[in-house]
Amino acid sequence: MTKTVKILVPVKRVPDPATTIRVLPDGTGIATDNIKWVINPFDEIAVEEALRIKEKQGSGEIILLSIGQQSWQEQLRTGLAMGADRAILVRADTALDTLAIARVIAQVATNEKPELVIIGKQAIDDDSNQVGQMIAETLGWPQATFASKVEFAGDKCTVVREVDGGLETLAFALPAVISTDLRLNEPRYASLPGIMKARKKPLTEIPVESLGVELAPKLKIRTLKAPEKRQAGRKLGSVQELVEVLHSEAKVI
Amino acid sequence: MGDVIVFAEHKNGHFPKTTLVAVNAGLELAQKRGASCIALITGEGIDGPAAEIARYGVSKVIALEDARLAHYLADATAQAIVGVAQRIGAETVLATATAIGKDVMPRVAARLNAPMASEIVTINEDGTFVRPMYAGNVLATVELDGPVHVVTVRATAFDAAKAGDSAAPVEKIGAELDTASLKMEFVGFNEIKSDRPQLSEARIVVSGGRGLRSGENFKTVLEPLVDEIGAAMGASRAAVDAGFVPNDLQVGQTGKVVAPELYVAVGISGAIQHLAGMKDSKTIVAINKDEEAPIFSVADYGLVADLFKAVPEMTEELKKVKHS
Repeated sequence: MTKTVKILVPVKRVPDPATTIRVLPDGTGIATDNIKWVINPFDEIAVEEALRIKEKQGSGEIILLSIGQQSWQEQLRTGLAMGADRAILVRADTALDTLAIARVIAQVATNEKPELVIIGKQAIDDDSNQVGQMIAETLGWPQATFASKVEFAGDKCTVVREVDGGLETLAFALPAVISTDLRLNEPRYASLPGIMKARKKPLTEIPVESLGVELAPKLKIRTLKAPEKRQAGRKLGSVQELVEVLHSEAKVI
Repeated sequence: MGDVIVFAEHKNGHFPKTTLVAVNAGLELAQKRGASCIALITGEGIDGPAAEIARYGVSKVIALEDARLAHYLADATAQAIVGVAQRIGAETVLATATAIGKDVMPRVAARLNAPMASEIVTINEDGTFVRPMYAGNVLATVELDGPVHVVTVRATAFDAAKAGDSAAPVEKIGAELDTASLKMEFVGFNEIKSDRPQLSEARIVVSGGRGLRSGENFKTVLEPLVDEIGAAMGASRAAVDAGFVPNDLQVGQTGKVVAPELYVAVGISGAIQHLAGMKDSKTIVAINKDEEAPIFSVADYGLVADLFKAVPEMTEELKKVKHS
């Protein structure tokens, strides 16, 4: 890989994972009052991995990318405070589906020409786990999803992936898309000097329409509802009692 | 028109339950649409698996025999699937949300310029699907527009298809691949060997959490119970994060979703992300020393106890039950 590496890291703004999610009574969305918004945890791992690759290479540029409203600047500033170099906010005031999001990111990648796109394997709000793969296909790039280890040797990138039943290793030349799994790294916290510096780092806004990609959603959410709650059962007094009810009442052993 | 293609994943020449689930969901969808369900398999030397999957109620099997598909790779497999979908004019391409299904199907969707619904749990009569969001705290009814759609199904939400007496015809063809555009190389697979049942197929799952305190305790305290009861072993994300056990065992929003007959949660507090992966289990047992732990709110049977005492005791009790 070239000494100076350019990495594009798409980040999504999502409710804090500890938030209790409530569906609005009319089923049109979730209640957003009292929600703390954060960077999607898997995207945070992506930011961290990009920082580590840059640190290892000696130089490089890390560009954060979000697609959303002005308030999304907040999460981009957090990523800049972690150490990313600049950020792009593609302003879109209506919701886009996964395919449109992937097209927007692919178009920004075409303009910016990064060697790597590193993205979280899934966003913890819609739990789709689609966008990284869709970016790769749109660009005709190789992909390594669910990455737990990323290494470079010469022009080749080797990625260990967490798959069913074990660990798979893939290799490919750059450019490529990598999606992060839990154990790739532990993201750093933004330092105070980092937060100060982040205020002065460039954050560019571009309107989504200017990218010239198809945006009309084909995946439509008709309605949302809360799942039926499971009822709590009863507490038992002893291990003997537990084994007895599993045997004679639940008949599972 | 309107046909459903099921990407039928096989492993060492056999079909895991997760694949038979996809076939069943494909059959259900095709039946609701008045269309046919076609199984698609890819690989090298696949006559055996092609003949086997032909017995599961599909109207046809398409076997893409190609050395370039011998090892699964996302770019080549997506091209192969899309080639078949376009040739047939399929309306839906469907697979189970396994590691491979999750990896390849979004590429298929992008290549087909088709919308995709991940991990559906219900196929509605009106053509919409239901899928969980927000770690299972929300169920969304979604609609896919356009002439072709891509869907992955959640393995626990559908039954496995059953083999019948008759077999569908097998059409064996070569894959249409643009070799110059294929850039991924398979280097190796490091299998985590286990004699225990697979998490996604087990009748009983015993999972450990941070309460186990170490990987060593998983071995010495939890594993004897797991083996005594003939269970698959799982873990919470906290236990995986702490490095006690491999990520392969993670049950939850970002790990595996299981729904066994019996789920035993040991030393797991029950974060919503964990509940997302197991709350559809038939019977849930929780063992935790903290009586306020959220896991008790979904457990049929709770035991407030020190797991280091209760788990070995339970293993011993089960031995007695077995021998009585």
